[in-house]
Amino acid sequence: MMGSALDRADAGGFRIAVVGSGPSGFYATEALLRSGTPLAVDMFERLPVPYGLVRFGVAPDHPKLKLVTAAFDRIATTPGFRFIGGVSVGRDVAVDELRESYDAVVLATGADVSRSLGVPGENLPGSHHAGDFVAWYNGHPDYCDCDFDLDCEAATVIGHGNVALDVARILAKTADELRRTDIARHALEVLAESRIREIHVVGRGKPSQAKFTAKELRDFLDLGACETTVDPRDVAPDDFTPENPQDPELAEKLSLLRAFSQQVSTKRRRCVFRFGLSPVAIRGQGRVQTIAFAQQPSRAIGDIDCGLVFRSVGRRTTPLAGVPYNEHQGVHANIEGRVVEGASVISGLYVCGWSKRGPSGTIGTNRGCGMATAEAVLADLPARTGRRSGDPDALLARLRPRVARMVSYRDWVAIDAAEKHRGALLGKPREKFVSVADMLAATDV
Amino acid sequence: MAYVVTDSCRGCRFTECVTVCPVECFHVDDTMTYIDPENCIDCGGCVPVCPVNAIEPDYRLAADKKFWIDVNRKRAAETPVLTARLPPLPGADARRQELGR
Repeated sequence: MMGSALDRADAGGFRIAVVGSGPSGFYATEALLRSGTPLAVDMFERLPVPYGLVRFGVAPDHPKLKLVTAAFDRIATTPGFRFIGGVSVGRDVAVDELRESYDAVVLATGADVSRSLGVPGENLPGSHHAGDFVAWYNGHPDYCDCDFDLDCEAATVIGHGNVALDVARILAKTADELRRTDIARHALEVLAESRIREIHVVGRGKPSQAKFTAKELRDFLDLGACETTVDPRDVAPDDFTPENPQDPELAEKLSLLRAFSQQVSTKRRRCVFRFGLSPVAIRGQGRVQTIAFAQQPSRAIGDIDCGLVFRSVGRRTTPLAGVPYNEHQGVHANIEGRVVEGASVISGLYVCGWSKRGPSGTIGTNRGCGMATAEAVLADLPARTGRRSGDPDALLARLRPRVARMVSYRDWVAIDAAEKHRGALLGKPREKFVSVADMLAATDV
Repeated sequence: MAYVVTDSCRGCRFTECVTVCPVECFHVDDTMTYIDPENCIDCGGCVPVCPVNAIEPDYRLAADKKFWIDVNRKRAAETPVLTARLPPLPGADARRQELGR
């Protein structure tokens, strides 16, 4: 199929650009298209494939969560929707160009920059961002050439969020436990050769302050070759007693951690949860060898010896030219979804999802968030009538020579089918294409 | 597993859950909402937004609340999907206070 054969947009009504095809972009689109206001949505995506973090963030061993893509596919078949993949807003087209041609532009660009720890040695070889590792095992084209050397006995994950648990769990599982997931083949091959026997999951807070959810922690109950424990030096018995017994989520989390703390290690691998530890330096000759922690008045904290470090301490949004940025929160500057310069609203420019409120919540949180932004767009649209100077289709015609290929949703359906076919041959739900060239080649059939 | 709506929803029906459900698996009747266990993807997004803590994962239900698993399955099959928030039932706020939330 030619890249120019994009699905036709409804010519009447308002024209809205959504930038990004992750959950919040889809849910803002859904609310816009369901509003009854005559409008059409063009969804811009840098890659030829949609779904954002549902494809590149959700762990391969959490297939049920990925069923949410059926909801995205339903939204994509709504009349008035077009997917414009393979176009990078900020590189191939400026935000200001979009604003000239659309009545409203909604940024749903996510939070794809990993935050730094701010300690010496964090850029030594062997020290990685957890987010890079996640993107690598999920086959993101920008990360598939990353080199993760698992030829060491111990790894440390810094952070107590759900991403930290994903990384620890993928390191803890055997190749056989991952073989029938949609994990990228290159990652499975490296993980199969892993020599890691000990995984430390380190956080600054107490057990009750950990941000990971009980549901993610439960996954550690049934690991085939890995025992999960809590280092007894870090905890007092009442650390496992919830301050608010009315909170069943906290109660379950603490009771799981208590059970882990009583675990005797018998399996080949061991995952050790550590609490109350603040890293101050990562050290090593030429590569990571140890992590040092802040000392406490009550006790001395020993170093952790390890050859690998994964830093999982938050993410922020990539700034875009023409869009004011909130440095403090790491998001596009906004007031309840309307992009602002200082206190004044930039008309016709909106934001939703993690690039609006930072990286928190589950997939569904982004539905409420996308709907709220869509309401702001819809409230402002009457005042936008006749304000745009350009035409979206003329803009797309100008863009076409700037990009390798504009990818439609029908093209994505072809890529999707090809990936599932490749997967079926290997007993997996899908084998992802991990390069843009291979994705584009699959649209030619 | 799946998530389950339990008795705290009766007479409140705040429906904050519906806004955050990514797969629209909430059904509704005159008294409360129900989760369709066939469509729930276990994201857990609805649990923290419920003002009366009515939603729990099925495995975490107390023995005397396990029957809600079947109630949700049965009623979800009999009632329509709710796609957008409804106004809470009269007396919902009073009930929330009564529950100490």
